[in-house]
Amino acid sequence: MLQYLTYFALSMFVGREVISKVPQTLHTPLMSGSNAISGITVVGALVAAGMTEEPWARYLGLAALIAATINVVGGFLVTDRMLQMFRKKPIQR
Amino acid sequence: MSREFIELAYLLAAALFIVGLKRLQSPATARSGNQLAAVGMLLAIVATLFGQEILSPVEMIAGLVVGGLVGLILARRVQMTAMPELVAAFNGFGGLASALVASAEVMGAIGWTTILTITISVVIGMVTFSGSFVAFGKLSGKISGNPISFLGQRALMALVTLVTVASMAWAMAGPESLSAGLPPAVFGILVLAGASLVLGILFVVPIGGADMPVVVALLNSFSGLAAAATGFVLGNTALIVSGALVGASGLILTNIMCVAMNRSLLNVLIGGFGQEADDSSPAPGLSEGRSVAVTSADDTAILLSYAEKVIIVPGYGLAVAQAQHQVRELADLLQKRGVEVKYAIHPVAGRMPGHMNVLLAEANVPYDQLYEMDAINNEFDTTDVTLVVGANDVVNPAARYDKTSPIYGMPILNVDQSRAAVVLKRSMRPGYSGVQNQLFFAANTRMLFGDAKDSVTALITEVKAV
Repeated sequence: MLQYLTYFALSMFVGREVISKVPQTLHTPLMSGSNAISGITVVGALVAAGMTEEPWARYLGLAALIAATINVVGGFLVTDRMLQMFRKKPIQR
Repeated sequence: MSREFIELAYLLAAALFIVGLKRLQSPATARSGNQLAAVGMLLAIVATLFGQEILSPVEMIAGLVVGGLVGLILARRVQMTAMPELVAAFNGFGGLASALVASAEVMGAIGWTTILTITISVVIGMVTFSGSFVAFGKLSGKISGNPISFLGQRALMALVTLVTVASMAWAMAGPESLSAGLPPAVFGILVLAGASLVLGILFVVPIGGADMPVVVALLNSFSGLAAAATGFVLGNTALIVSGALVGASGLILTNIMCVAMNRSLLNVLIGGFGQEADDSSPAPGLSEGRSVAVTSADDTAILLSYAEKVIIVPGYGLAVAQAQHQVRELADLLQKRGVEVKYAIHPVAGRMPGHMNVLLAEANVPYDQLYEMDAINNEFDTTDVTLVVGANDVVNPAARYDKTSPIYGMPILNVDQSRAAVVLKRSMRPGYSGVQNQLFFAANTRMLFGDAKDSVTALITEVKAV
């Protein structure tokens, strides 16, 4: 448990260092992108649903898997859609 | 495959997340950063799927495909103006997933520390879920944006909190007593999930629509913390590290938003601040016994056409009127005439942090024309005309000098220092803070009343005719 707390605390510090330098211009993509990263719970869902024979635990895990995948796939795609619009030179139409 | 292989894949995924976030520090590298993070996620999923002995791989892949398709459709269909509510909704799904995963672990849980981490994960996850969906409703207009308060709200909040804490204790009470059917932990978790769901609703309902940027940033942080808590339950380092990264990110953004509004987080969360002005009834003219100068589109067009330098200040009203494309067209016309045009973006402009920048990027405005508050504030005194489109409180000079004003001390754009200011607004109604804007009564300010989109369209026509 203590080992996990160490990982947690150190990651908070790394996150703070990396993210406090993100400019205001990119705060919306930062939010949707980091939100997609929080969908890492999908890994937990795979473990929970895939490694048990308990039926209700499997259904809970499967529901979690779908919700988390929506979060991950939607989050990364919509962030990409936003970021491709950020251009230095306007597109000539 | 071995446990070490999976751990190695998780380490690589975490590294990709950090490098990806790091690349978000510049618009030029941001897109590749997001793609790197997505690769990291894919790696973590594939390693889990094939590295562990998954009993039902087909079912798992089906789940991934279903979720992926829903995510794909939502991400493709969304309008850029609707981005805040989509982020809130995705956030809600993430929180729900974390809570469900933790709940699924309760049967096999041994020892009170494990149950405690499960309960923490369920509370944060469920609050994130219901809170995010209330925020989604408020941002999309499905629920009133006004702060909602009712008799006994505080008492109900206290009661639900009490039930939450009690059910946490209940869940921890006897995980060992498996002999008598289901252990109390399961019932405890069920009650806890319900109470947390209500708690999330009660938490967001009293907060006004314009404070949603803070709420969405905070819930973003919660969804990360929920994932991290679930990581503690499963002993999964990928969840702990990634969850902590997102938790930190959300907290930083929450703090930035609060500073930009000069309010404490507590003040935002208590709620009830401000009523969103119903802009429909036009009441231009006199206020506080002083008069404002009203101008017309053709006068403003002449003023703009013969200026050397123009700053455009877009605000919430521009996002609501969806006038970003018209504003860009106007700026293009002026630039063709040799006018220097810059955009000044206040940190809380739009409906979520950085939302205005996305809207202007969508309208094809190059990002190097967008300036943050601190970068442009000393340029207003050398600016001929400042065009304020749908912004209010963030340009009120009272924040600088009037100690009695509720917005005193809030960082603002110094529009009053420019040689002339033209404010595009529907009416004289005060902004979100409820105070009248001193800028409107200044000698060098002109008001151009009307819907932002209509006014800017009229300006385009007039500038073309100059």
